Amino acid sequence: MIEWLVELWNAVPLGVQTVIVILLQIIAIVLPLMLCVAYLTYAERKVIGAMQIRMGPNRVGFFGHRLWGLGQPIADAVKLMFKEIVIPSGANKGLFLLAPVLSIGPALAAWAVIPFDAHLVLADINAGLLYVLAVTSIGVYGVIIAGWASNSKYALLGAMRSGAQIVSYEIAMGFALVGVLMAGGSLNLGEIVRAQEGSILHWFWLPLLPLFVIYFVSAVAETNRAPFDVAEGESEIVAGFHVEYSGMAFAVFFLAEYANMILVSALTALMFLGGWLSPLQGVLPQSAFDVPVLGALLDGGIHWLIIKTAFFLYLFLWFRATFPRYRYDQIMRLGWKIFIPITIVWLLVVGVMILAGLPPWFDGA
Amino acid sequence: MTAFARFLKSLFLLELFKGLSVTGRYFFARKFTLQYPEEKTPLSPRFRGLHALRRYPNGEERCIACKLCEAICPALAITIEAEERADGTRRTTRYDIDLTKCIFCGFCEESCPVDSIVETHIFEYHGEERGDLYMTKDRLLAVGDKYEAQIAAARKQDAPYR
Repeated sequence: MIEWLVELWNAVPLGVQTVIVILLQIIAIVLPLMLCVAYLTYAERKVIGAMQIRMGPNRVGFFGHRLWGLGQPIADAVKLMFKEIVIPSGANKGLFLLAPVLSIGPALAAWAVIPFDAHLVLADINAGLLYVLAVTSIGVYGVIIAGWASNSKYALLGAMRSGAQIVSYEIAMGFALVGVLMAGGSLNLGEIVRAQEGSILHWFWLPLLPLFVIYFVSAVAETNRAPFDVAEGESEIVAGFHVEYSGMAFAVFFLAEYANMILVSALTALMFLGGWLSPLQGVLPQSAFDVPVLGALLDGGIHWLIIKTAFFLYLFLWFRATFPRYRYDQIMRLGWKIFIPITIVWLLVVGVMILAGLPPWFDGA
Repeated sequence: MTAFARFLKSLFLLELFKGLSVTGRYFFARKFTLQYPEEKTPLSPRFRGLHALRRYPNGEERCIACKLCEAICPALAITIEAEERADGTRRTTRYDIDLTKCIFCGFCEESCPVDSIVETHIFEYHGEERGDLYMTKDRLLAVGDKYEAQIAAARKQDAPYR
């Protein structure tokens, strides 16, 4: 049986083999990601519920067991799949249906360059950071096209707010990334993580603390999450750019928003908290990492990246449960008049630190 | 507070961290959610639910068709018709409450001189057809007969305070 499979595999032409392998790799990334998105919505409802002294969903389970409501995201997904996609009569049908695709495409494509582990990365390209910046910026087209194609004033207003906000915060975010790139000395995300090797103090969160905070806050604004969610501001413009969407078309926007949340959390973990590196590195003696099972757990690996990402995702939910929505002009003021000056000043500071070869971060190369 | 102190306060996001600490604390607080079908809140003896017509212990209906409840009902939900019965007493021939109009204010219960029309603790009822929420005299009396013990206990508990 196995020999037959191997023979079959060898009979496939080499070019097709590569395509199949890449497709399988993509599936191996996207499928768990979709599952994470589904359970992120569950976690969001649970966490915000707990912070409001409620319980959150706890009824839908599997096979007659409630299991703290773990079946809820599955039930929601099935419900959305069976709902009708209503296309407004005045809408531009082609663009209306293209917009959700444009929204989720970049959110998934950016995952190609994320290094999950020292060797676990789909496309280990040198300009990984640039690729991430470029691809995530395309996401704003999905929002703007959705708002325009819906032919609805609320959708258009939401899209304009969202577009202006994403473009403004892109700048502060870009500057924060320039700081990381200076400190890491590379555009390759794997190299950036390797530059942080040493101990928890070697990670870039300490020398780049203002950039770290600004990057994460910009990421919250970038993904249109509370308290920067004027783009959907349900109290004044109903649901923003996706008012006219229903059923699976709406679900795709939803997936894109949450996939983006996970993406920026993973990026923050990679660039400022040492990605897959273990926080115990440099604390425990080297012999501790040689213990059979425990050593693998304590040593760096994908599980540390997942824990760090989960921490930032929790912050997203925590912010949403805590902060009231920013006023639109306050968002613009924060982005242009506070974040951009601070990042520029800190870029100078980083430059000086690198020139001075400040240990323990910049005394190496 | 000087402008400089205010600047530092906003630069280091002090107020925001204060807010986060509040929600962070409540994250671990005991939850107040009541798991409704399994758990229920205690009901006051004055709770105003589904209506009932009561009887005296000897089986005679209490209502004397004074129509005070019909007069006071702010939603005009009560309809009463009365006649003289064979034994010379004044009794209702029709006593209807339209629950779709009723606002459960409890004025009918307050106005009743003989404690005949009362509101019970029943609040989980439903109608499947159009007429199901139109309570006739027979249905009201049936509710009263069925829950007399509970109704009487609630009246007794509340008696010292009225």
